[in-house]
Amino acid sequence: MDSDIIKLNKVNFYYGPTRALTDITMNFVKNKVTALIGPSGCGKSTLLRLLNRMNDLIDGTRVEGEILFEDKNIYASDVDSVEIRRKIGMVFQKPNPFPKTIYNNISYGPKLTGIGADNMDALVERSLRQAVLWDEVKDILNKSAMNLSGGQQQRLCIARALAMKPDVLLMDEPTSALDPISTAKIEELIEELKKDYTIIIVTHNMQQAARISDETAFFYIGNLVEYNKTEKIFTNPDVKQTEDYITGRFG
Amino acid sequence: MIRQTKEIIIKYIFFLFSLASIVVLGLIVLSLFREGIPLFSKVSVKDFLFGMEWYPTYDPPSFGIFPLIVGSLIVTLLATLIAVPLGVLAAIYISEIAPQHIKIILKSVIELLAGLPSVVLGFFGMVIVAPWMQETFDLPTGLNIVNASIILALMAIPTISSISEDALYAVPREFKEASYALGATKFETISRVILPAAMSGISTAVMLGMARAIGETMVVLMVAGGAAAIPESLFDSVRPMPASIAAEMGETPFRSLHYQALFAIGIVLFCLTLAFNLIADYVSHKFKQVGSGTL
Repeated sequence: MDSDIIKLNKVNFYYGPTRALTDITMNFVKNKVTALIGPSGCGKSTLLRLLNRMNDLIDGTRVEGEILFEDKNIYASDVDSVEIRRKIGMVFQKPNPFPKTIYNNISYGPKLTGIGADNMDALVERSLRQAVLWDEVKDILNKSAMNLSGGQQQRLCIARALAMKPDVLLMDEPTSALDPISTAKIEELIEELKKDYTIIIVTHNMQQAARISDETAFFYIGNLVEYNKTEKIFTNPDVKQTEDYITGRFG
Repeated sequence: MIRQTKEIIIKYIFFLFSLASIVVLGLIVLSLFREGIPLFSKVSVKDFLFGMEWYPTYDPPSFGIFPLIVGSLIVTLLATLIAVPLGVLAAIYISEIAPQHIKIILKSVIELLAGLPSVVLGFFGMVIVAPWMQETFDLPTGLNIVNASIILALMAIPTISSISEDALYAVPREFKEASYALGATKFETISRVILPAAMSGISTAVMLGMARAIGETMVVLMVAGGAAAIPESLFDSVRPMPASIAAEMGETPFRSLHYQALFAIGIVLFCLTLAFNLIADYVSHKFKQVGSGTL
């Protein structure tokens, strides 16, 4: 019955001497969309990047506490960050396709692991279909991904992450650089994807959080202020601070 | 009114200054051709470029520079083969792998190497590398192709390394993050994302390094040995074009045939370096990456 895929237990995180996250304890539910909200600098992106160990790439960072993925601490000394990142995919704020062809963007990850190598064409098609991009690009797979529009590039990045068949998809403000139509497409896509994936999304857009997420966590200056069902957070939050932020009184 | 006039005057002053370098370059090229071209009324272009004998002071003289061209090209090529792996790998290490403090030390050492006068490097090749090579490999002379290539490579490494490093730094961080997020290791990220994205800059670096090596005079004058013959092995002496010009120019009568022949060699050298620069320019445009995700 345990449906929590990621569990955080008293997590503290430091950039050098500065503490960016304080005693975060929370669980992420499998096959749900969880939104992380809060004003800039509150630590939500930092938290997201902790979950697939992307913060390892920054010098002078330090993690305390436990982050369990499928009941194994991903910061244990015998865990390979490369393995973690293959199971927990990430989509970034700014679309960042490689300057390669569309096909090679998708096949980049699988080629590293060797998964699906026997039938790469099928894997590429499946990933692009999942990201609802297939019909738009099926005739230009060998063209550079740089020629796509911003919204298409972002869906390509989602497809690229999906090609690794991850369990969890982390999204760091995936629509903040996109126009409203592309944003709507990505939101529809997230709705579709949560059947198969656990999605954790950082967003600055309150309506977006309300529209697409099942659970919402509100952060403020490195602290988890409130974490509950999205409906509850947006209609009847327990904490005054949460209400103030959501209604736009600060932040 | 007065302010506008001032603006116009300032504009033209800057224009004149920028024009100055073009004019000077133009005059140099013009004089190069003016002094060199008359040779070809006596010696055919074919005999000059492909003639096998360079005996400018014999009677009758012979002005075939093919051995000199071969000498220049082989020394440059071998120097490139040595300098490219060293320079590019050093750049990769500095920009992607090295911890901060090692990075700082390495960068300043390579810059120092760039600042060494070529005569000092030539001296090093002459009194240290040459005797060592002669003894170790039991050669008639240590002043040969390999020696000159090593010293030229030392000169080209800073050029190749620092330009490659700039190219590597210019690869957007987003590409690296995307690669790591897909579970790539550092080595996979470097070889499959960073290097391809920096390829145009690295190719430019290589071409400019080669241009520097082929035009370099002092080193080849001191350590290439000076034999104007087609080499039969890598341990033979050669006489690259710049060495010939530098060694012989002082002893030729003004506007004699020999004098004109040396200028004609200058024209050939000029064309070669120009070609390297044009190729570098072409390569850097052809493989130019369209930045990160454009919206």
